Amino acid sequence: MREFKGRVVTPGQVTAEALVSTQGFNTLASFQMALQFGDKQVKCGDQNNTDIHGKPMIGKALCLPQTIGSTTGGLVLYCACAMEKSPACMLFANHIDSLAAAGAVLADVWVEGVSMPVVDCLGDEFLAYVKDGMTVTVKEDGVVVVE
Amino acid sequence: MILTKEQQAILDGEKGETMAKVMKTLVMYGDAFEAEKLVPITSKYNHLVTSFGLKVMSPVYDLMQQLLDAGVVSDQKFSVDPRPLDKNVPANVLQNFVFNKFMYTKQDFYEEQLHKLGLMDDKAFSCTCYMDEVGNKPGKGDVLSWAESSAVVYANSVLGARCNRNSGIIDIMGSIVGYVPYFGLLTDEGRRATWVIKVQTTKKPEAQLLGSAIGMKVMEDVPYVVGLDQWIGTELDDAACAYLKDFGAATASNGAVGLYHIANLTPEAVELGEALIAEGAKEYIIDDAELQRVQDNYPVMWKNADATPKLCFVGCPHLSLEQLKTWTDNIEAALAANGQKKVVIPTVLTAAPAVLEAFGKTDYAARLKATGVITSYICPLMYMNNPLCKKMPVITSSNKLRTYTSSRYYRDEEILQAITGGKKA
Repeated sequence: MREFKGRVVTPGQVTAEALVSTQGFNTLASFQMALQFGDKQVKCGDQNNTDIHGKPMIGKALCLPQTIGSTTGGLVLYCACAMEKSPACMLFANHIDSLAAAGAVLADVWVEGVSMPVVDCLGDEFLAYVKDGMTVTVKEDGVVVVE
Repeated sequence: MILTKEQQAILDGEKGETMAKVMKTLVMYGDAFEAEKLVPITSKYNHLVTSFGLKVMSPVYDLMQQLLDAGVVSDQKFSVDPRPLDKNVPANVLQNFVFNKFMYTKQDFYEEQLHKLGLMDDKAFSCTCYMDEVGNKPGKGDVLSWAESSAVVYANSVLGARCNRNSGIIDIMGSIVGYVPYFGLLTDEGRRATWVIKVQTTKKPEAQLLGSAIGMKVMEDVPYVVGLDQWIGTELDDAACAYLKDFGAATASNGAVGLYHIANLTPEAVELGEALIAEGAKEYIIDDAELQRVQDNYPVMWKNADATPKLCFVGCPHLSLEQLKTWTDNIEAALAANGQKKVVIPTVLTAAPAVLEAFGKTDYAARLKATGVITSYICPLMYMNNPLCKKMPVITSSNKLRTYTSSRYYRDEEILQAITGGKKA
């Protein structure tokens, strides 16, 4: 078990199974097909992401360096939250990027009753340590426990 | 974040609850980047990324309706990304059914919302809003609240405007309050290069391939590119701007680049030179072999890798008027060389409605039509954004389209040969 301390972008507390992308997470490419065609597991559709392509994302602790790609990224994430098809939380090794931050903030301000805690600045060690299937607990103060 | 009295009053609800939520969104967004303040938007027009009435995006339309119902709209008019549908573009019965009865059922409703929110005009649908024909071209130093990754990177890099890689919805919210958080690419420090890219190719590198290589390497960092001016010159003429448009779109979609500098060419590089390069900047050398390695590593998503292409898209991002003319010349010449009269693969060249209108007034339009090529204002990405197209072997010279769909990337020359009956793609 290891603990990592990050910065809270949007607060919340949750425990979920880890899904790890060691490369930039392309939000549009990952979500577009699954949201559009009602994939209940919300499997990742990004063909360039060899880590998580085809893996279910809903309810997972999505661990990633940052998001990349189209500037629809934030609104796609907002829609995923509003439709209750988002990951349980998003945990960034790096500083959060502008698209993911937009999605997290839009969901926090405009979606009632849905919580997707977002923590960033967890460091490279976090991403090196966490593996698919590990149990991840996010605390209100930005502490992330991986076991 | 320190707010002015006026900004604080909005946040406190002086202009209503919905406006307060818009301001709260921008403040939280800025806080995520330790922004110290909000700064005024100075561009004449805004640009939005969300142009498509996808049924599944109903949370977006609900939010827009909240804004309209509360009378919370911007004083700034805007352009928006391309429409997703065009009857000119080949589609079979099943595709048309899926497009019109399942996917884009909210298109008319959403376009009505866009008009009420401040759309410039009926032709303002393009990812290349900065084309002269479209008329949304910010000046150097203008502060923007734009989204659309290819437009943002062009505005920052080629026009010298200042804009972060804003997401859809954030784009219109900044415009509504008239301010954006001051961080990242709005600041001098955020515009300094943390990578030096040395182009050492033996011929002019393909714009979309070079951009892809750089995007995948530097991700969201700012690259300073040395050696490209020997291939595209030191003047921002039509050809150089078109090259940089395509190059930038690939850096932004294959990575997350929001600004690049080209030595001796782009405005800040000309003005400040290597002073733009941050201490400890990393280095990436690109030669012919590196470009080939990048292209060879693109995954092939077709069910049958040897399938004959059924459709070809050129123009993601949308083509300029000069590019349409050049493609016309090149297609005619290649058809003649290959002993063909018309293209052998259905081919669609896409451009902004206003650019197509200007093209239609030239004699090139009839010449292009005679080759069998179709022109359209469509967004190829939105067209291909469904499982039916996933099974369809589509070729493209767009690295952005390749990234988001199952289409297969080829260089311009390879595309030209494939569509005119030369060497098979």
